[in-house]
Amino acid sequence: MKAFVLDHATSAESAIHSLQHGGVAIAGGTNLVDLMKLQVTAPGRVISIRRTELAEIAPDGDGLRIGALVTNADCAADMRVRENWPLLAKAILAGASPQLRNRATTGGNLCQRTRCGYFYDTTQACNKRDPGSGCAARNGFNRIHAVLGTSDSCIATYPGDMAVAMLALDAVVLIQGPPGAREIPIAAFHRMPGDDPSRDNVLEAGELITAVRLPSPTGGVQLYRKVRDRASYAFALVSLAVDLTMEQGRIARCALGFGSLGTVPWRDPAVEQVLIGETPSPALFAKAAEVLLIDAQGFGENDFKIPLVARALAATLNEATRIGRA
Amino acid sequence: MGSSIAVAVVNGVSKPLPSDPRRTLLEWLREDLGLTGTKKGCDHGQCGACTVLVDGRRINSCLSLAQLHESEQIETIEGIGAADDLSALQRAFVTHDGFQCGYCTPGQICSAKAMMQELAEGWASAETDDLTKRPTPTPEELRERMSGNLCRCGAYSNIIAALEEVIALDPIRQGASA
Repeated sequence: MKAFVLDHATSAESAIHSLQHGGVAIAGGTNLVDLMKLQVTAPGRVISIRRTELAEIAPDGDGLRIGALVTNADCAADMRVRENWPLLAKAILAGASPQLRNRATTGGNLCQRTRCGYFYDTTQACNKRDPGSGCAARNGFNRIHAVLGTSDSCIATYPGDMAVAMLALDAVVLIQGPPGAREIPIAAFHRMPGDDPSRDNVLEAGELITAVRLPSPTGGVQLYRKVRDRASYAFALVSLAVDLTMEQGRIARCALGFGSLGTVPWRDPAVEQVLIGETPSPALFAKAAEVLLIDAQGFGENDFKIPLVARALAATLNEATRIGRA
Repeated sequence: MGSSIAVAVVNGVSKPLPSDPRRTLLEWLREDLGLTGTKKGCDHGQCGACTVLVDGRRINSCLSLAQLHESEQIETIEGIGAADDLSALQRAFVTHDGFQCGYCTPGQICSAKAMMQELAEGWASAETDDLTKRPTPTPEELRERMSGNLCRCGAYSNIIAALEEVIALDPIRQGASA
C-alpha cells in the first residue's frame, strides 16, 4: 500500500467537508483496501465515515431509508426488508460471504468497482484504471465481461448483486455534496463506460452517498436468481432480479434487473413492456429475451452469456408467474 | 481526540492501535501482537482464513485497517480457547476430524462461533426459503453459512458434522425444527 493519511469523520457533514480537500471515503473497506493493497488505486487521503450517523435504517413514508453505512448483513437481517422488500434481502444474501456482508456497506456496495482481471493487474492496459492505456479485456480473457452497454474503451461489468435488486425496486440514491443534497434514481446512478470508463457512477468529487430510499412495497412476487461457477461465494455470470404481479392470469406489473450482463446494473423498460398485459408462455419469455438482447455483443469467451441469460430469464419468469398465479 | 492513544480491546485486553494507517487488522494481530492463530491465506477476502470477531461479528481481518477499530472488541482464536481448555466448537472439530492441515481452522472456528449467534438471532441466508421465519440449521443452511471459509484439504463434511453436534447441544440455535 502507498502511504496515505487516514482521517475519521464524526458526521456526514464533516466527511463532506473533508472530502472537498481531496481523498476518498472508506466505510467497510472490503473493496477499497483490496484495491489499495494492489495499488490499483492509491489515494493520498482516506476519510473514514464509520463514526458518522449514516448507519440507520428508518421508515420514509411507506418506504424505507437505508443509511449508507448500514452493512449488507444488517440490511438483509432487517425484518422490514425481509417482509416488504424480500428481493433486496435475497440479492444481498446471494452476494459475497457472511464475513464480507458484515463489513460491506450500502453506499460502498453501490460504488463497488469491477472485477475485471485487467483492471486489477497494474501491468495491463485498462482505460478504467489508467485512462488512455487501452483495454486488454476486449481481445483477452473476457469470460466474465459485459455483453450490453460496452464501448471501444471498456467491456467491464458492475459485479454486484444488491444494486440489481435496488434497480428492480426503483430505489433512489441520496447524495450530499458541497452544493447540497440531491437524489438520483438508481437507474441513473451508474455510468456506462462510453469514452470515459474511469468514472463508474455520477458521484462528483466531494460528494458522498448518505442513504438509499426504497419506495413503498409493491407486494409482488420477488425472486433473485444468480448463475455462477460455484454454489456460493462467487460473483455472478449473470443474475436476475424479478418483481412482478399477476392479475387474472396475466402479468399486470413487472420489473426486471440484470446483473453481470451489462457494464452497469441493467434494466430495459422495453423488455418489461413485452411482458405486461400478457399471459405467461415460453414464447412470450423468448420474445422478452430477444428484445433484451437486440444489441448484445459478445467478445469471445463471454458469448455464452447471451443464451445463458435468455434461459435464466425464461426459468425465472416461469417460476415467478407460477407463484403469482397461485 | 486529545492526546489519548487509540486502543482496541483484543481478547479482553486493551491494546494500542498501530501508528501506521496501512496496517491491516490481520497484520496488527499477527505481527505486532503476536497473535499468530489468525492466519493470512489469500490476503484478499477470498478465503476466510483471517476471520476474527469484531464486536461479536465475523469479518475478514485482511480487508480492514487496524486504525478503523478504535474502542472495538476483537476476539481471535486465542480468545476462544486454549490447548488445555478447548471450547465446545474446538472439541467438536477434534472429535469429527474437522480439519487436516489445520491452516483454515482458526478462521473456521471464529466464523462458526459468529454463525451460531446469527442463527440465534434468526438471520436468513441464501438457503432460507421463507425470509420471515426462523431458519432451520439444515446441513444445506450450514454449508451456505460457512461458505466464506475455504478448506483446501476438503474437510467440509466433517466441519458440518462438528457444527451439527454443537448446535444439537443448544436448543436456542436449533431454530424452527426444535
